[in-house]
Amino acid sequence: MADEKCNVVEFKVQGQICQGTLGESLLSALRRHGFEVPSLCFHEAVSSYGACRLCLVEVKKGRRSKLTTSCNYPVQEGLEVQLDTDEVVRHRRIVLQLLLAAAPAAKAVRDLAARYGIEETPFVPRPEEDCIQCGLCIRICEAVGVNALGFAGRGVSKHATTPYEETSAACVGCGACADVCPTGCVKVVDADGFRTIERWHLKVPLTLCKTCGRGFAPEVHLTRMAGQAKLEIAHLANCPKCRGRAFAAEFRLP
Amino acid sequence: METRFHSVADLEAYRRQLQAVRGPDRKIVSVCAGTGCRACGARGLAEVFREEIAKSNLEVELRVTGCQGFCERSPVVVVQPQSIFYQRVKAIDVPEILTETVEKGTAIQRLLYTDSDGRTYEREQDVPFYRHQTRSLLAFNGQIDPDSIDDYIAVGGYAALGKVLQERKPEEIVDLILRSGLRGRGGGGFPAGVKWQSCRKAHAADGIRYILCNGDEGDPGAFMDCALMEGNPHLVLEGMILGAFAIGFPGQPKGYIYVRNEYPLAVERLTRAIEQARRCGLLGKGILGTELDFDILINKGGGAFVCGESTALMASIEGFVGEPRAKHIHTAEQGLFDKPTNLNNVETWANVPLIISRGLEWFTSIGTGDVSKDPWGGSKGTKIFALVGKVNNTGLVEVPMGSTLRHIIWDVGGGPPPGKKFKAVQTGGPSGGCLPESLLDLPVDFDRLTEAGSMMGSGGMIVMDESTCMVDLARYFLHFLADESCGKCVSCREGLAQLCAIVDRICKGEGREGDLELLKDLSTTVQTASLCGLGQTAANPLLSTMRYFEEEYISHIHEHRCSAKVCKTLIRYVIDDSCDGCMACNAQCGTKAIQGGKKARHTIDDSLCTRCGVCMDVCKRNAIHVES
Amino acid sequence: MENAELESILASHGHRPSELLATLQDIQGNENWLPRESLAHVAAGLNVPLSRVYGMATFFSSFSLKPRGKHVCTICMGTACHVRGAQRLVEHVEREHGIGPGETTADLRLTLETVNCVGACAMGPLAIIDGEYHGQLSTQTLGRLLKKLKG
Repeated sequence: MADEKCNVVEFKVQGQICQGTLGESLLSALRRHGFEVPSLCFHEAVSSYGACRLCLVEVKKGRRSKLTTSCNYPVQEGLEVQLDTDEVVRHRRIVLQLLLAAAPAAKAVRDLAARYGIEETPFVPRPEEDCIQCGLCIRICEAVGVNALGFAGRGVSKHATTPYEETSAACVGCGACADVCPTGCVKVVDADGFRTIERWHLKVPLTLCKTCGRGFAPEVHLTRMAGQAKLEIAHLANCPKCRGRAFAAEFRLP
Repeated sequence: METRFHSVADLEAYRRQLQAVRGPDRKIVSVCAGTGCRACGARGLAEVFREEIAKSNLEVELRVTGCQGFCERSPVVVVQPQSIFYQRVKAIDVPEILTETVEKGTAIQRLLYTDSDGRTYEREQDVPFYRHQTRSLLAFNGQIDPDSIDDYIAVGGYAALGKVLQERKPEEIVDLILRSGLRGRGGGGFPAGVKWQSCRKAHAADGIRYILCNGDEGDPGAFMDCALMEGNPHLVLEGMILGAFAIGFPGQPKGYIYVRNEYPLAVERLTRAIEQARRCGLLGKGILGTELDFDILINKGGGAFVCGESTALMASIEGFVGEPRAKHIHTAEQGLFDKPTNLNNVETWANVPLIISRGLEWFTSIGTGDVSKDPWGGSKGTKIFALVGKVNNTGLVEVPMGSTLRHIIWDVGGGPPPGKKFKAVQTGGPSGGCLPESLLDLPVDFDRLTEAGSMMGSGGMIVMDESTCMVDLARYFLHFLADESCGKCVSCREGLAQLCAIVDRICKGEGREGDLELLKDLSTTVQTASLCGLGQTAANPLLSTMRYFEEEYISHIHEHRCSAKVCKTLIRYVIDDSCDGCMACNAQCGTKAIQGGKKARHTIDDSLCTRCGVCMDVCKRNAIHVES
Repeated sequence: MENAELESILASHGHRPSELLATLQDIQGNENWLPRESLAHVAAGLNVPLSRVYGMATFFSSFSLKPRGKHVCTICMGTACHVRGAQRLVEHVEREHGIGPGETTADLRLTLETVNCVGACAMGPLAIIDGEYHGQLSTQTLGRLLKKLKG
């Protein structure tokens, strides 16, 4: 506890004194204090990457001030942060226009742009695209230890993908990528006993719940989970809902 | 012959021994075999010399050297002791050089350098290209066979190291470099001493500090680091060993040189030099019998410009793709493998032994400003530039910092080729900018170039004449960067893609009202919102051409005209009256766009013409022109 | 490529994931390209995800994931070569051999590649054909050089 206390630092946001832990993401700290800072590539569960450039803020440290993305800026004692300066907003608007051209089919991008009064982009759009290459899917896939996804290529052709743009042998179809995807471009569809993630060329059979008979999770995923938790696979034979019910029934008072 | 030196005294004794044999009257034929001369058949030429010398009874040493710099006239040969300079030498000239020059000491007139006024020069140091330079880093390239550590030792190599290990403390060396005002030659111009100091002060739990050399010279149009690595690898190694002592002693300094994949010869030479240095006790455990342990490994790049950026370079050495990371914690504290790391560029390292052996006063007497109180106060020492493009004497030029562009391009470079008019010079590669004629008297140092909207970069200097279209040039750099960007930041990846799209349409004559403003606004965001140096400087070539050559953009947009006659959609090929109907162009045209029978004047059907220019190449009567 | 050969490359780099780039370079040095099986072998051998190996192989422009031709013609696209007309050399090969940069003729005879500067700027425009540097090229000399290639 004592150590943690030493790590608490104070900094100012628009003049208001705030606390954070030394080295934590400035964006996290800002949001915890109720400040609104837009971002599409940040998620508490994984390391920050700094791809979307929307969380720009102005940070003053000592006498020097500069614009920086807040997601990968470490909180330090004595920082002075300004959020929506004219300059920040000017660049954020252009970044939004770029994103709007890069992924016009992404609703999250259109909504965010609309909040800044941007309906149209002056740039050349890629009409069908809905992915902004934020890399959250890759980072979550790494965090869960599967590593089925990665970036391929570089520059304009950089894109999140499975190796060789084919079904990945490593992918267990857990769907964590879809959970964190800010634009909804990774979609998990469970139907007819199969889980499909079209973006990753994945189609795997679902295990049917022993109780209700509904397909609820890919077999490979369950096997992996059982292995990691050192459980018999039989413990995972029921879907979470039925498992919950059975658990509740067992402990019901007479 | 190589011996292991167990002490500084061993090394000095060996040097004396070498120098005793190598008197000033020794006959030497030195053949340049840098990458440029190799492209002109220098390797074969060296072989012919070897065979012919073997056949003769001459007492002469053949020395195959790295780049001597005067690439325009390659392959070049210098005959010692007279320093007779021969250019564009062919295999058939070899026997004559041996009998006339080596044996009798007379110069062969036709092989000497003749300038555009018809004056001929015999000795190397009199040739204007060399006479107007101040060669200290490149001075040895012509005297050293890069594969011979003896050659390096004979000209004073590793003496600075010996002196330092014997007499000086690490902190003194850091202080010396700090006070010398040596600034990073890789482009940014950050004071090397400040870096060294932070890295030395940084906490290293296990004593490991990384000493890195950036040989990822990715700027297209720049090859000075290449010439140093290929021509004088031990100079770079000595600089790094001195750095290891200054920054990492006592402790466990470890070294890496990151060389770009496109420089196979540099890798070869450095590898050999490192092996020699290890055998001689200049690398490895207990260097020259002292407590200093230091070794250097070579890492080959994979063909990615962005790996010249420090954090991307480190990621690459760690076995990851070259994606830069935020530097809120300095690499001096947490760099390669999270250890304190000091990265300097090849040319920066090469300066270190010279500063130590010749002293602070010598170094600070060259260059601009005053660095006695502030290492940012000026630009000291010399700088090597790769002078290329539309200029008479292309090659490597070493001049004091602060020399004017005019001095470099005219006095050394001999100005544009006959009949061509200077238009602009591009400095600093993709991070730099284009400077117009009005800035020719600009003293070239880190700060003046930045003020003018360009950059030192690593030292590429590309001269352009009226046949270069500035919009096309900006387009070239933007496409280069869009391809070389790591692709992480939206502002860089998408920003560059859109800058490309806009400039592409301007080059096609489809530019729109408001495009110039759009380019400016977007450029500022690319510069400000991107993470690393690549993105932050990516707009410089565009902005500088817009600043100094705005009228070209305007004529592309409004008049659909490319005055340099480069942008394909805006030009057309025409045949004039001097056509005699020889059918040569007709036969070569891939799209059958040229009409007209034998002995009849030909015409070009513009709708079929792809503007490939083959017809112009084959026309013997210069009857084909480009119009815009 | 035989597994034993691959193993010896991995071993020469101590099976260290940090030497992934060098490992892939050695494989391409042997094979002239990076076959799929080798990448899988490397991933398994170094215990790194295939996604990381694939990312590496597609990030660096010196790697090829397709077989390259018997002869490789690399045209320098550095600035000095650009202002001296390198693009025309590329177009010449496109016209004469029907391949663009990064492509190989159907008979696997010739691969065209471009490179961003090889540091022989004074000699531009320049091409490297099967490791030999050729400077101050015109479309015609390049054409002749490519015609002379045997096999």
